Amino acid sequence: MTGKKHFFAPFFFLTPALSAIFVFFFIPVIAAFFISFTDLDIYALGNPATIRFVGFGNYTRLLTDPLFWQALWNTLYFVLVAGPLSIAVSLLAAVLVNSRLTRWKALFKLSFFLPVVTTLVAVAIVWRFIYHPRFGIINYLLSLAGLHPIDWLGDPFWAMPALILMAVWKNFGYNMIIFIAGLQSIPEHLYEAAVVEGATNWQKFWHITLPMLAPTILFVTVITVIGFFQLFAEPYVMTQGGPLNKTLSIVLYMYREGFRWWNMGYASAIAFVLFFIIFVATLIQIKLQKAKGM
Amino acid sequence: MKYLRKITIILLISGIVSHVFVACQQKTASRQQVVRFWAMGAEGEAVQKLKPIFERQHPSIKLDIQTIPWTAAQEKLISAYASRNLPDVFQLGNTWIPQFAALNTLEALNTRIDTSRSISSAAYFRGIWQTNIIDSLVYGIPWYIDTRVLFYRTDLLKQAGFTRPPRTWQALYTMAKAIKKQSRSGQYALYLPTNEWAPFVIFGLQNGASLLKENSTRGNFESPAFLRAFEFLIRFYHEDLAPLGFTQITNVYQAFARGTFVFYISGPWNLPQFKRWMSDSLRDRWMTAPLPAPHADTIGCSLAGGSSLVLNRHSPRKQAAWTFIEFLSLAQTQVKFYELMNDLPARKAAWKDPHLKEDPYLRAFYQQLHHVKPLPKIPEWEHIAFAKIRQYVEYAARNKMSSRQALRALDRDTDKILEKRRWLLKRQHANSGEKP
Amino acid sequence: MGKKVTLHLFLIAAAIATILPFIWMISASFMHDGHASVYPPRFFPDHFTLVQYRRLFSRLNLARNFLNSAILSVSVTLISLFFNALAAFVFAKYRFRGKDKLFNLLLASMIIPAQVTMLPLFLMLRSLGLINTYWAIIVPGLANIFGIFLIRQYALSIPDSLLEAARIDGASEFQIFSRIFLPLCTPILVTLAIFTFLGTWNDFLWPLVALTDHSMYTLPVALANLMGEHSKDPELMMAGSVLTVLPVVLVFLSLQKYYLKGIMLGSVKE
Repeated sequence: MTGKKHFFAPFFFLTPALSAIFVFFFIPVIAAFFISFTDLDIYALGNPATIRFVGFGNYTRLLTDPLFWQALWNTLYFVLVAGPLSIAVSLLAAVLVNSRLTRWKALFKLSFFLPVVTTLVAVAIVWRFIYHPRFGIINYLLSLAGLHPIDWLGDPFWAMPALILMAVWKNFGYNMIIFIAGLQSIPEHLYEAAVVEGATNWQKFWHITLPMLAPTILFVTVITVIGFFQLFAEPYVMTQGGPLNKTLSIVLYMYREGFRWWNMGYASAIAFVLFFIIFVATLIQIKLQKAKGM
Repeated sequence: MKYLRKITIILLISGIVSHVFVACQQKTASRQQVVRFWAMGAEGEAVQKLKPIFERQHPSIKLDIQTIPWTAAQEKLISAYASRNLPDVFQLGNTWIPQFAALNTLEALNTRIDTSRSISSAAYFRGIWQTNIIDSLVYGIPWYIDTRVLFYRTDLLKQAGFTRPPRTWQALYTMAKAIKKQSRSGQYALYLPTNEWAPFVIFGLQNGASLLKENSTRGNFESPAFLRAFEFLIRFYHEDLAPLGFTQITNVYQAFARGTFVFYISGPWNLPQFKRWMSDSLRDRWMTAPLPAPHADTIGCSLAGGSSLVLNRHSPRKQAAWTFIEFLSLAQTQVKFYELMNDLPARKAAWKDPHLKEDPYLRAFYQQLHHVKPLPKIPEWEHIAFAKIRQYVEYAARNKMSSRQALRALDRDTDKILEKRRWLLKRQHANSGEKP
Repeated sequence: MGKKVTLHLFLIAAAIATILPFIWMISASFMHDGHASVYPPRFFPDHFTLVQYRRLFSRLNLARNFLNSAILSVSVTLISLFFNALAAFVFAKYRFRGKDKLFNLLLASMIIPAQVTMLPLFLMLRSLGLINTYWAIIVPGLANIFGIFLIRQYALSIPDSLLEAARIDGASEFQIFSRIFLPLCTPILVTLAIFTFLGTWNDFLWPLVALTDHSMYTLPVALANLMGEHSKDPELMMAGSVLTVLPVVLVFLSLQKYYLKGIMLGSVKE
């Protein structure tokens, strides 16, 4: 199909995108790598001669930084709770919406998907008021159920669960759509055969639906987890990382160190640690799925 | 080919035209200088109103005033510095002066002050003037100032059995206990937000603490003086005299009007809103007072806050820029500025104006301004105060750590933040052959 | 029968619970100051007013931020669509040594979180004087790997014979791209356009870092900034949120078919 004749055209076609990606993505990544081995900071902005090469200094400093561990712990808490919760809710929604019994499918799909497209910052602001201890909807609903009001964003124990609830609400519609596509690709005859053998709904779900959805579940888990590790806007808008730094996320910490206090070497190290964590987490998920023999 | 020729001709013509245009501009410009000035927040708009007066008095100088928002100010100024685009004169929060001096952007003003007819150190509150001096070089002229005093509800205080505001720490505590005893749940004596570091630093300074030690290269928050001040205030949280967290009180003015708290330590920027909320029947039920002191025979000092006017070291028109600074520093300009903005004038003479003299709420500020202390003049101070002091105040208030543990951790974090400063000073001394 | 009823009741309740925050958001935006801070919470304004929106546009000049968001979202979408399509055309329809390796390298690099690039990118753009300009947002968005991947996936199904035929007829490579490839890719291009538009409109962290002047802020950044001063004014903030959310919701509603299909397509190969 192609030969030397067609060398120039593809080369020119590739150039804009690839050079943009190279210059504005790959080069910054490499630069960040090198910066993380220096102590580039506000002094260096004024006088480049004050930059020092610190080797792994930033990384060892991270290891002994209680605030970093707090951010890491908070982020893991968020990912490990919001992740499975969001996926479970999406799966449930997908199964229910996709069911043969369901009418007005499009309407339900739309309602559940609406939070996904809306701007996170706008929505976080809405939820900040929804969580208001006195005038917020959540505490009102609690009171209807006879429960005491909770200072959601001001209580160190409840702040992260509050963010998790909001994140699940915002996110589950997206995975629901993916699950629906996956569900629709499961051949009908499998279910028919199961009905003939007298399987219950639960058995059908456990032995047919879940296994057939396994690749989809893996895909959904990977992208959801990667997204959740980058938690930033919610704590930035709703809690500023508090109370007691219980909602400080890794990216929020990186943002503060890098763009508020201009400790750019340190912030770059944090960014790379985040990358490393996401990488490892993704590998683990893929290995787990393979191990399950699916 | 035809197109190519047409394009070349068009480009040539437009090149010539723009060249001539620019040359004409430059000619007119040489007769007149344009001084670029950046101000933050609403102050910029107020200066716009003063612009005609200045330009009338100095016809050869034109002003180009730009306003930048406070939230982005530091970053924008540093950006401008990096791209060599700083204006001739700009406003700086006086705690930022060390940072910009370290970046070598500020012109030292000592000689200009000596030869000036309108600006001299004696014309300003001493503590405020001090904040602009680093290593005996004056880098800024105080423009407007603020400090923190005690705001309080006179009626609720009387209800608890006291007619005069507290003059000592012990009195503050006693009054707070009495107020709490006869208040309902959800009502407090003192509003002390856990995300404000200023009261803790103020009380520490009042008690003689030095905050940092060894030429500001190490934290000294564990010192007995600071510890005592810190513990004194943390007690208010532990004994339910001050509310915890800041989500409960979203509107401090509304809460003050509702009587949710009696005392509040804050600055003059609150005055317009307090006056607005404490209206009608509430009008005479509040007042300001200077801060209480650790002992009866000492005066409680406060923070020397505010903004200064600074001169860009690389400005090509420093004389014109300095003229503008002198203008903004005249007593009558300061008074006019107060009328526009409600910012307290830095110049002592301006306070003699009836607008300021006859405002009962300003009396406490005037008294307090004679007793203010500067903060450590290092670029890292913002980081230490806003990130670390705040964090450990909250940790101790919520009992996550004891005060002692919190201050030890604070010192440890402060030392880490100051590590580069220590290294730079050591290098500086090594280079100049002196012993550190 | 009972099963069907309970299923629908449950779904209806869930749907209402999901859009409840939006109902409150919209109604609070039409309330006077202080009217949304009541207990029990109000879901319909007692006195309908447009005063919050007026404040947004007159005093707070949010129209400028709206314009910034609109201009940036449209520019980035159009430019990146073009560059991505060009690259996807090559990856789908040409062969050269190392093509697959290169493509897989690009795919693999999608795992690198964007936050890693932000500091150096900021310093780089600052040295070029582009911080706080539209370019600060456009330049990092000129092309992206996900877009190339999405178009390429779709384009694999375009028969090579169509392109060969055009070549035989004497068309240049670029003509083949613009006259045959692009039109055939329209569905996926529309999908990618929606993704990119939504992504750019909703982007927060990078515009927060790269835009330093209030007049240059995009809507999300302006909104977050507003929250700093007006955290006690829910009505005003809700009006701001409605303004920010309305365009993306409209874009989504009018083109949802493409968007939802695109999500599913993007999940097929992984």
